[in-house]
Amino acid sequence: MSMEGGSGYKDVPGPAEETGALVSMPSGLERAHATVPVLKERFEDAFLRHEVVAGDEHVVFVARDRLYEVLQWLKTDPDHAYNFLSDVTAVDYGGGRPIQMVYQLYSIPHRRVLRVKAEVPLSDLEVDSVVPLWSAANWLEREVYDMFGVRFRNHPDLRRILMPEVYAEGHPLRKDFPLRGRFSRAEQTRRALAQAPEDYYIPSDFGPGRDFQVVGWQEVGGEPVPVKEGSAQERKASPPPASGSPPDPTRS
Amino acid sequence: MSKKTIELEVSRTPEMGMDFRPAPGPMQPVDLAEPDLQSERMLINVGPQHPATHGVLRLVLELDGETVVRCVPHIGYLHSSFEKLGEYRTWNQVIPLTDRMDYLAPLIYNCAYAMAVEKMMGVEVTERCKITRVIMMELDRIFSHLLWLGTWAIDVGAFTPFLYAFQQREKVYKLHEAYTGARITTSATRIGGMMSDMPEGWDVGVRKFINELPRTMDEIESLLSHNAIHIGRTQGVGVISAEDAIDMGLSGPNLRATGVPYDVRKDRPYYDYETYEFEVPIGEYGDCYDRYMVRLEEIRQSCRILHQALDRLPEGPMNVDDPRVILPSKTDLMNDMESMIHHFKLVMEGVKAPPGESHFSVEGSKGELGMYVVSDGGSKPVRWRVRPPSFVNLAAIPQLVEGGLLADVIMVNASLDIVLGEIDR
Repeated sequence: MSMEGGSGYKDVPGPAEETGALVSMPSGLERAHATVPVLKERFEDAFLRHEVVAGDEHVVFVARDRLYEVLQWLKTDPDHAYNFLSDVTAVDYGGGRPIQMVYQLYSIPHRRVLRVKAEVPLSDLEVDSVVPLWSAANWLEREVYDMFGVRFRNHPDLRRILMPEVYAEGHPLRKDFPLRGRFSRAEQTRRALAQAPEDYYIPSDFGPGRDFQVVGWQEVGGEPVPVKEGSAQERKASPPPASGSPPDPTRS
Repeated sequence: MSKKTIELEVSRTPEMGMDFRPAPGPMQPVDLAEPDLQSERMLINVGPQHPATHGVLRLVLELDGETVVRCVPHIGYLHSSFEKLGEYRTWNQVIPLTDRMDYLAPLIYNCAYAMAVEKMMGVEVTERCKITRVIMMELDRIFSHLLWLGTWAIDVGAFTPFLYAFQQREKVYKLHEAYTGARITTSATRIGGMMSDMPEGWDVGVRKFINELPRTMDEIESLLSHNAIHIGRTQGVGVISAEDAIDMGLSGPNLRATGVPYDVRKDRPYYDYETYEFEVPIGEYGDCYDRYMVRLEEIRQSCRILHQALDRLPEGPMNVDDPRVILPSKTDLMNDMESMIHHFKLVMEGVKAPPGESHFSVEGSKGELGMYVVSDGGSKPVRWRVRPPSFVNLAAIPQLVEGGLLADVIMVNASLDIVLGEIDR
């Protein structure tokens, strides 16, 4: 009845590699999936590695710069036709390791699942948006942006979705984000009470022709923050004086 | 002063055609009463505290007269960061978080999470546990669809079906309570099994419930399915094509109403769903009425699955015989030093999952419910991600309501069957 070691579980490989909690499988396994060998042949330079996890789940790592191209091919090629974007999410392993973008694809005609991953270094958190391929990615990418701070190039409406638009403490699902938030409880309360009703609206709420636009990126506190047309940051001429002890990362 | 006219596109009077579809009325230009009035678009705020939004959902609508020109949903009012909280809890401690997401079908979420972790760990649960979980998931599919049916009827203006549905729903609450001790926050599963074996006679109670349910369904159906008001308000409203629905990532009854027979239970069967006899109902037009019909039929199909599952429920252990995930029995604990240490370590440190990850999907009541768990070998998840079906379904609401009438927004929202606890997480 030993508590240590990995024996006793079915289909579970040995200890993890350093970079991620995944383990490379013998090369014969990739033939078990109908798409992976073709993908490897077609995108030789973009195809980084292939893993099989949890028994039968195929994961393909691709280069971040070619991600859109690979996903476009996976969606449009009639032999594979991954027309259903099941999930877009990200994983932060912490410790300065790159954030993994995870695309869970499903092909309704072929009944086939494939997980595509791309590693995004913390220094340059940007990938191409896949909204032109699947509209489903719109809110899912907004959530990844909100929770991890990954920016999506060519996203039609990249703004926070679950956290308030004026939220200034960062991106909650990052490993360096403390569970109770960056600000003190007093500062959080003060900010909540100081919110103006307009903070609950976005420019696209007000009349036609004023669609939301990111007009630029602002480097504050070592982290890029989008400056939005008519956003709360722009509207408020003078920010409220920060009384809490931790420094305010957005209103420097 | 020039005389201005506006054109009515389609008459909304529910005159029935041969196929119970509203026949388009003759187009008649209507004289404007006051042609000099400025026509300005108006912003209207629906929610967040509005009973017809089914939770704290806020929609900012831009109206041109009564027509919705633009719809901007705002969510996040219930956000409690379950996924972040999960990273600070052991694998078993995450289970109480799962049922607080979709409080309308808590057992499906309990089961889906446990199944994902078990798949990642390579734990194969016992046959009795498998079938118990199938029973629980189908029971909660009915449970969730009944709530949807009741609130849907309220939104369309009918009160009686609401009472009928909630009367039946109360019986499922009682079954939840009998098994888990809680009516909503069930927390019924554990990694490798269930919290306990089912109480004496629980399966008889489930059988009694599914024997009585079809009669109520007939009653509700006779009140709604051929009701002229109901048909007039739902047919041809909130239409989405199959291609668009797949593109938007719709799943569950919302996708099947457009005619796409994608059901995780059939396409990627888990827990031997391929051995159960049941049909996947699909719609034809992709409108609100089809979504209603698909869900009604799903309740009946779930009853079929429940009958078969109860028939094949075997005797035997509920939990796996694996000391890594399951606590030792109380007798062993009191008599055996090793069991005592084992119990202590499992309670204090939690179950340890080997490094790996799994993205496991089940067919939830709202759509494809995916659980993505990542472990680095510790007793807490590195990442626990829920693929939220309602979240993705709700993202389609601007496309469904834009161009329609303000009153139809309520019906479209009701037909999507959203639960804000899971959308905001």
